[in-house]
Amino acid sequence: MKDRIRNARPHVTRNENLIFERSTPGKSGVDLAVLDVPAVSGEQTLGADYFRREVEGFPEISELEVIRHFTRLSTWNYGVDTGLYPLGSCTMKYNPRVNEVVARLEGLATDHPYAPEPLAQGCLRVLHETARCLAEITGMDAVSLQPAAGAHGELTGILMIRACLAERGNPRKVILIPDSAHGTNPASVSISGYEVRNIKSNAQGCVDLAGLEQAMTEEVAGLMLTNPNTLGIFEPQIHEIAEIVHARGGLMYMDGANMNALVGLARPASFGVDVMHLNLHKTFTTPHGGGGPGSGPVAVRKVLEPYLPAPVIEQTADGTYRLDYDRPRSIGRVRAFYGNFGMAVRALAYILANGAAGLRQTTEDAVLTANYVLARLKDAFDLPYDRPCMHECVFSDKRQAARGVRTMDIAKRLIDYGFHPYTTAFPLIVSGALMIEPTESASKAELDEFIEAMRSIALEVEEDPQFVLKAPYTTRVTRLDEVTAARKPILRWKP
Amino acid sequence: MRYLPNSPADRAAMLEATGHRSVDELFEQIPDELKVHGPLNLPGPLAESEIVEFFRAAASQSARKHASFLGAGAYSHYRPVVVDSLLSRGEFFTAYTPYQAELAQGTLQAMFEFQTLIAQLTGMDVSNASLYDGSTATTEAVLMALRITRRQEVLVARTLHPEYRQVLATYVQHQGIAVREIPYGGSGQVDLDQLSAALTPRVAAVVIQSPNFLGALEQVRQVSELTHRNQSLLIVTVTEPLSLAITQPPGEADIVCGEAQSFGVPVAFGGPYVGFLACREKFLRQMPGRLIGQTADTEGRRGFVLTLATREQHIRREKATSNICTNQSLCALAATIYLCLLGKHGLRALAEQNLAKAHYAADQLVATGSALPFSAPFFNEFVVRTPGDSHELLAALEAQQILGGLDLERFYPELKNHLLVCATETVSRTVIDRMAAVYQSAAGGASAQAVGAGRNTSS
Repeated sequence: MKDRIRNARPHVTRNENLIFERSTPGKSGVDLAVLDVPAVSGEQTLGADYFRREVEGFPEISELEVIRHFTRLSTWNYGVDTGLYPLGSCTMKYNPRVNEVVARLEGLATDHPYAPEPLAQGCLRVLHETARCLAEITGMDAVSLQPAAGAHGELTGILMIRACLAERGNPRKVILIPDSAHGTNPASVSISGYEVRNIKSNAQGCVDLAGLEQAMTEEVAGLMLTNPNTLGIFEPQIHEIAEIVHARGGLMYMDGANMNALVGLARPASFGVDVMHLNLHKTFTTPHGGGGPGSGPVAVRKVLEPYLPAPVIEQTADGTYRLDYDRPRSIGRVRAFYGNFGMAVRALAYILANGAAGLRQTTEDAVLTANYVLARLKDAFDLPYDRPCMHECVFSDKRQAARGVRTMDIAKRLIDYGFHPYTTAFPLIVSGALMIEPTESASKAELDEFIEAMRSIALEVEEDPQFVLKAPYTTRVTRLDEVTAARKPILRWKP
Repeated sequence: MRYLPNSPADRAAMLEATGHRSVDELFEQIPDELKVHGPLNLPGPLAESEIVEFFRAAASQSARKHASFLGAGAYSHYRPVVVDSLLSRGEFFTAYTPYQAELAQGTLQAMFEFQTLIAQLTGMDVSNASLYDGSTATTEAVLMALRITRRQEVLVARTLHPEYRQVLATYVQHQGIAVREIPYGGSGQVDLDQLSAALTPRVAAVVIQSPNFLGALEQVRQVSELTHRNQSLLIVTVTEPLSLAITQPPGEADIVCGEAQSFGVPVAFGGPYVGFLACREKFLRQMPGRLIGQTADTEGRRGFVLTLATREQHIRREKATSNICTNQSLCALAATIYLCLLGKHGLRALAEQNLAKAHYAADQLVATGSALPFSAPFFNEFVVRTPGDSHELLAALEAQQILGGLDLERFYPELKNHLLVCATETVSRTVIDRMAAVYQSAAGGASAQAVGAGRNTSS
């Protein structure tokens, strides 16, 4: 009896097994329609060499059990729908429900990518209109929706720079990247056949003009810049930066990951940007989905338009839409078909819901909430770059680290207060960074609770750092052993 | 604006706390000449009802009333309602990458289950937690093989999806890599003699697709023997993974990758889809993309984490195995739910139905006198030579609200008047019979024309 009580758990939902462990032979979660053509024998039709007897280990479960399994798993997650998700650089904003509904409409969700163009006018129109809106928002001349994610867009953009410079006679060898950049930037550059050269930020966390002047040699193809940068600071000398790059024959790439700070207020084309990507899953409310699907459209100035991935969607004189494959100077394809169409549907729905004025208000709110957090936490946490921020603010754990508590520990304790943590340990130029991006979806009331939680944790660190180091206390699992996970990888269930 | 939770009073209070007098002041760091003055030229704002109306109008300009025999890397299968019902839980679809494992055990466990299901289906040891799509997964597999072997050349079957080959070409264009195409033989499969002749010590990998773009199941064992004798790696791409429920998994391969859209993800005009990449355990540390591993918490309870991140871009930067940051978690979740729901027997039964439909369709077309040019066994897709002009036949089918398949001339000039026809469980016998009737009358017309042509020559 005692044993039984000791083994009790708060609720069955807290210890849901793997689906394979729930399986019992003879069950299934579907009943297929009766086959209306003669059945064939797999073994005879395919031949013994090609025939498979069974898929060993595959689960056998009823419909309700599948629903319970995944519903229980979902309750172990935290999403934007659960509460504030101030993950810096990720723009965790509200994902409107109507987006999900329209993306699932029959005719949009069901059209085949190889459907004849006259029977795909609706889908082509959505893609064309989304691209047009994104061009208007960025001020650029043309947009490709083919890249499936931000990093994929980076690769596409750098390949286009390369194609353009190669045509001018010399593709050059190096792409410059500030030390505050996302890790995807250097990785994308490598695949494009360029060497990465890092340039140091100045004391304000921005590009150092003198350093850039020096680094921007004849072998440099371009500069890859995030603006606002990963400290949430707008590069005030962006125009001068672009001039230096252009004067030496290079091109400007802008990582648009932080576009939520600019939509409706400033357009990268006017900064001298030649090519950039957007993250529809950040700025344009397509859901992050637990890590994808994303979408990373690439926007370009006229000079790079010939190199866009093929096909390009165009509107003809009679108003119909077509796919233009005849793009001899294109860098080629970066993905099968036309990109993550379903994400374009959602992004367009978001733009339609807002209109120009709504998008501008959204941007203002995103910047206001970040500055509110900045103002209310700067006496409790170290602020390495003390200046107004754009859409996100970056603190460091300097004060807490003196008590042995690092940014990740504070993040884990924040979970106990009911919030998703901020981004930890990024950007790399801030030691022990706490990168907070509330977005426009954070209400003042919720931000006040968040601020109280952060201040309370700062006090806990002063009074009892050991207590903070063991957080979280309220989650289904406590801190997980990542070292063993990497040393002896178990990547699948086995019977 | 209905999505914004702050009232004017909230905004005023927050602004006051920042010490600024106006929101404009917050944007002072942007030089004035770089700011937008005046509204952008954008549609909206629209009410929710108007948004639905807008997209309904777009959706009506589609092939939604047509029966479809289109496959070619995007397969129409019935999606049980449970899939969307579970995907629509906000805890799943509004979460981000599970960097904070304690708050993301749901996503992490589901992705661990996805990895297991893909490994079971493909006959591989390990799978990653998904990639963008089949085309990029195949490309990543090639890049992985180049890293492992440190060789410079790749042999790619001409029967690999043409758009996948194009993506590969884009990625490797500046890497000093030679990509050579291996033709298909009369069976529709990779020509083994040509493959054998092309295998030199420079070859890092051989890439084949099975079932291939022409629907033919490949002779994986024979290709594997040739490839491995040359110490090259074998990559097998699968674009219709439902086939794996009834056909031998390519267990001889070193990397099996492809597209899992068939499993509960809508065709949605080409995306979002869900790429996968599975391999032998010894190549684990060269894999691209996210991996979920099992571990334990401080109390010894089982839990799951992102693991082996030292391969990835946020740690390794320019030396990473890939520039990939996101996977396709939500689509991978759809596939996981779909596969669990169908389970061992449901998936097998569905594969049997696809096999039966495609073979019934092929038989009916053959009965009208059309030829199937390739002899290799096929799953739910096959090539047929059209009676007469393929464009005319497709137009005649379209008039009957049938999309008759993909005209192969687009990708294979040598296959003029050949269609790639895919018959999944979603096409009924009635539709197949109607398609056959159109072939029948086209055959009648074509033979009448041929007779007429003959008469002209003789006169």
